[in-house]
Amino acid sequence: MSLLDVQDLSVVFHSKGREDVRAVDGVTFEVRSGEIVGLVGESGCGKSVTSLALMGLLPPRGVKTGGKAIFDNGVDLLRTDQRTMRDLRGREIAMIFQDPLSSLNPVVPIGDQVTEVLTRHRGMKGEAAKKEAELLLDRVGIPDPRRRLKEYPHQLSGGMRQRALIAMAVACRPRLLIADEPTTALDVTIQAQILELLKELVHQDGTAMVMITHDLGVVAGLCDWINVLYAGRVVETAGRHALFAKPTHPYTHGLLSSIPRLDSVRGERLNPIPGSVRDLLPWLEGCAFAPRCDRVTEACVEGPPELTGGAHAFRCVNPVLEESGQDEAALYSREVSGAIE
Amino acid sequence: MLRFIVRRLLQLIPTLLGLSLLLFIWLHRLPGGPETALLGERATPETRAAVREAMGLDDPIFVQYGRFLKQLLTGDLGNSLSEKRPVIDLFLERFPGTIELTVVAMLFAIGLGIPLGYLAAKRRASWLDHMSVGGSLVAICIPIFFLGYLIKAVFAVKLGWFPTFGRQDTTIDATHITGFYVLDGIMTQEWDAALDALWHLVLPGLTLASIPLAIIVRITRASVLEVLNEDYVRTAQAKGLTERRIRGRHVLRNAMLPVVTVIGLLTGGLLSGAVLTETVFSFTGIGQFAAQSIDHRDYPVMMGFILIIAVVYVIVNLIVDISYTFIDPRVRVR
Ligand SMILES: Nc1ncnc2c1ncn2[C@@H]1O[C@H](COP(=O)(O)OP(=O)(O)O)[C@@H](O)[C@H]1O
Ligand SMILES: [Mg+2]
Repeated sequence: MSLLDVQDLSVVFHSKGREDVRAVDGVTFEVRSGEIVGLVGESGCGKSVTSLALMGLLPPRGVKTGGKAIFDNGVDLLRTDQRTMRDLRGREIAMIFQDPLSSLNPVVPIGDQVTEVLTRHRGMKGEAAKKEAELLLDRVGIPDPRRRLKEYPHQLSGGMRQRALIAMAVACRPRLLIADEPTTALDVTIQAQILELLKELVHQDGTAMVMITHDLGVVAGLCDWINVLYAGRVVETAGRHALFAKPTHPYTHGLLSSIPRLDSVRGERLNPIPGSVRDLLPWLEGCAFAPRCDRVTEACVEGPPELTGGAHAFRCVNPVLEESGQDEAALYSREVSGAIE
Repeated sequence: MLRFIVRRLLQLIPTLLGLSLLLFIWLHRLPGGPETALLGERATPETRAAVREAMGLDDPIFVQYGRFLKQLLTGDLGNSLSEKRPVIDLFLERFPGTIELTVVAMLFAIGLGIPLGYLAAKRRASWLDHMSVGGSLVAICIPIFFLGYLIKAVFAVKLGWFPTFGRQDTTIDATHITGFYVLDGIMTQEWDAALDALWHLVLPGLTLASIPLAIIVRITRASVLEVLNEDYVRTAQAKGLTERRIRGRHVLRNAMLPVVTVIGLLTGGLLSGAVLTETVFSFTGIGQFAAQSIDHRDYPVMMGFILIIAVVYVIVNLIVDISYTFIDPRVRVR
């Protein structure tokens, strides 16, 4: 059953004296109960804006959203009132952000930042809330949780801070957890630990997770289903195995081959996609990826390509058809073990 | 914590020493020397010589400075030229009035300034925001004595809602214990006296509050705007917390850090503002007294006033620093 059904989500920012920014331009994807779904794409392709739109946390003014995001029993997250959203947030849908230091309030003890969720959604107070917060910190692998409750964010390491934020997010065993690049700001060694922790937690609680990242290596061992985003649209969507075995969109192909292989020179990225997402064309006149694509033909600029191809769908008129020879399990274990080196 | 306070108190010593040195130099550089400061300009040469002798003004300079310090430490600021009484007594009589006035002014400034600044930031670009920003600019620009006369003319003289002068109606038979009239009224349960004293504080309090109020509105607004953009506010929203909780725990608590610093600086500055306000409202406090001392060239009183301003400044900023460590844990570890 579908837990979250995002249909044609679009987000446009207006500001006076500047051109409108179409940050998200018709994103469609689905998250089923207990499933881990990846949203992958380069920086600036609209991943964070998508997640904020789902949380109802876009700026109150100067933003226009379109489409639908039906959660669970039929609430449209884009259209529902603030009060309902506040009840859902933190209880049914939780979120983890990229930078753990700035995401924690510097002048409030960690413990209070955990217990306030428990008080708000589970009505727990005083010693009971403290006890539960201690269990939560313990659950996310923070040693000596009783003492940590009294400490402030600046007294914790980066990894511990992200663990504390995860504890707040899973405090009410939400149905859906949105993780927006939860490991990007962390040391490589810590990244793998945090990914493993998240995997374990959502597995135990039966929580569905939307994992947002720019790194295909991260989703390789984690996600059941993967959506590749480019310039505010999904360009390829497939199950994990299918996507890694047969990346069809040239952009996905490029992303995948830009991940360094074991036999490559360390630190050198092979086959990087030329250009950057900044000089994108909007999807108006054709494929937005065309200017950077090495398979570009006349057909690419005749009109915006549709998403085609059934379950494993792609938005391309010149898809790559050969197998990649990539193995996602090997990719992920390299992601994780590369960290341990 | 205690260690921090003790360290801060120790840091006061060089500050106050420096100040006393400045005052000492000032007294000695006055035309006619310190004896003129003490005796006034019309004293005969004989009395001058006698005083020079008595004060040991012909002793080596550092001996004199030592003696000066000792006097300051024992609270001996000399006699007022115009009142012929010890300066310290005169100040002690008038200090409670000024403290009441500054406390009321600060309550107005903080009590109105922080909510206004918060709302202006929260409803950015609304008419409330424009009013606060524009109004605060006007309040900063208007000279305080002009504003005082204006407020007095409208609310006291024309409308008659408030008294025009003084600290308490003389027809009220009030018992005075501490010199803080409001407090006295409460202690003796003479409610009419307390209320009347409070009533006398409203207009001068508002006048004196104008500049700090304007500054607090602006600083709060800027600070809240900045904090509202912080990631941790978004985290708080993502947790589904109520508006109230987010405002108190996450926004204001962080936004208050710069405001507290400014409040400290403003409180010290209020004593200078009190000179004008007290004069406009014939309010018996040290400000009015200081203004008169300038008219009378009453140097001992002027010196006392400078000293009091300095000490108040230093104490208020000590309190600010201490309260800062309570609000911001990051300061505590350093
Ligand atoms: N508040 C905003 N106002 C205007 N443009 C924005 C705003 N937030 C994001 N954008 C734009 O939306 C696009 C997508 O941003 P984002 O979702 O943050 O990308 P990412 O995929 O790296 O998370 C970017 O081009 C960004 O400049
Ligand atoms: Mg992002």
